[in-house]
Amino acid sequence: MNDLIAANKRRTFFLLFGFVVITLLVGVAVGSLIDNGTTGTLIALVIAAVMAFSSYWKSDKIALAVSRAHPADEQEYRRLHNLVEGLCIAGGLPKPKVYIIQDDAPNAFATGRNPKNAAIAVTTGLLHVMNRVELEGVVAHELSHIKNYDILVSTLAVTLVGTIAIVTDLTLRMMWWNGGRVARSGDRNDRNNPLALIGLVLLLLAPILAKVMQAAVSRRRETLADVSAVRMTRYPPGLISALEKLQADNTVTHSASMATAHLWIEQPMSGVKDTGRLGMWHKLFNTHPPLAERIALLREM
Amino acid sequence: MNLVIVVVVVAVIALIVGGVYNQLVRRRNEVDNAWSQIDVQLKRRLDLIPNLVETVKGYAAHEKTALEAVISARNSAMSTGASPHEQAAADNAVSSALRQLFALSEAYPDLKANQGFVSLQDELSNTESRIAYARQFYGDAVETYNTAIQKFPAVFVASMFKFSEREFFAAEEAARSVPEVKF
Repeated sequence: MNDLIAANKRRTFFLLFGFVVITLLVGVAVGSLIDNGTTGTLIALVIAAVMAFSSYWKSDKIALAVSRAHPADEQEYRRLHNLVEGLCIAGGLPKPKVYIIQDDAPNAFATGRNPKNAAIAVTTGLLHVMNRVELEGVVAHELSHIKNYDILVSTLAVTLVGTIAIVTDLTLRMMWWNGGRVARSGDRNDRNNPLALIGLVLLLLAPILAKVMQAAVSRRRETLADVSAVRMTRYPPGLISALEKLQADNTVTHSASMATAHLWIEQPMSGVKDTGRLGMWHKLFNTHPPLAERIALLREM
Repeated sequence: MNLVIVVVVVAVIALIVGGVYNQLVRRRNEVDNAWSQIDVQLKRRLDLIPNLVETVKGYAAHEKTALEAVISARNSAMSTGASPHEQAAADNAVSSALRQLFALSEAYPDLKANQGFVSLQDELSNTESRIAYARQFYGDAVETYNTAIQKFPAVFVASMFKFSEREFFAAEEAARSVPEVKF
């Protein structure tokens, strides 16, 4: 277990590094497309640095705000608070902040940068649908994310993926405006600029690359969190029946966005029923292993 | 030249021993911490009992035996020894005395309707489950620690610095048997 946690911390570093590199490349590409190379690269470097630092300190707040989560009232959600406290004792964790999301779809996520600065958020739908043991299973799953430092990696991914998406999007639009009508000085000579071409390809690929990284980072953690959740509750049937309920339910979690997709216990947007050729692509972009697979794994325990 | 090799080998061994020693200390502290977590929860429960006794007295003062059983169980739990076994025995006595008191309270509708009593009952059952969780955490910590000091090469360091195995928390037979329900 401790080895896994150490590996997770290492992976966080690589993730940060990878995203910084991608941002840098994006910056170079932007530079070569709309301005001269060096300025773009410098700007990208600054953006990458600011982004890496700010996401370490602020990404949990961003994730919570984006999902429209508000703190769970101690009196109103007494049972939830009690349950979280109890499981925290079992896992040897400090109690995280508890948030509620007004959403009928049953779902939950955890965020933060370490166990001392963590938060878990559940939807009102989840509280409505699950009984006590099932809710315990779900909360234990989220607490496992906190204990294994998954929250840091995945929450960082939210802001990093988001930033890359915005920057590339912006650049592509700027090119669109410029393209076509008004010819600028130097345009004619640049027509065969190979650097610009590479830059364009890179810009198109960067968000996809970021998405694939996001998905890869997330899938293995889900399985691991399921296993450690059961270790915490000592009661596999609880989480199994919770996952089965999630499987049966196909409400779309409206509070989830593409950027936060991998945070939740269940994939918030169910993809198209994937068969055949699309299968591999879906596999590449899915942030969660199929629920059936996760249930089967827990049954074996 | 030989001297250099000897010095290097000794330094490496010292480093390894130091690292293992630090790890064992950390694990042992985790066990101690887990143990004190149980204490915190047990104390919380004992603190709730006087209030409960007072509330019940107001409605069912003549249930002397049950009330006294709870008080005496509480008092002996307050002054119990520190070993997991002693603590478990004292704690089980408190649990069963409380269970009896709550069973008796079924006969007093006024008591059951008392807001203070209801919230105390809630709080107590909550604490009960927290005690169980804390014990689980303690068990996990002991398991990790005991495994750590038995493994090679830590086992040498452990015996050198007298790291001894810790006792698991075993549930008493009485606690495991299902309570009888009569109608």
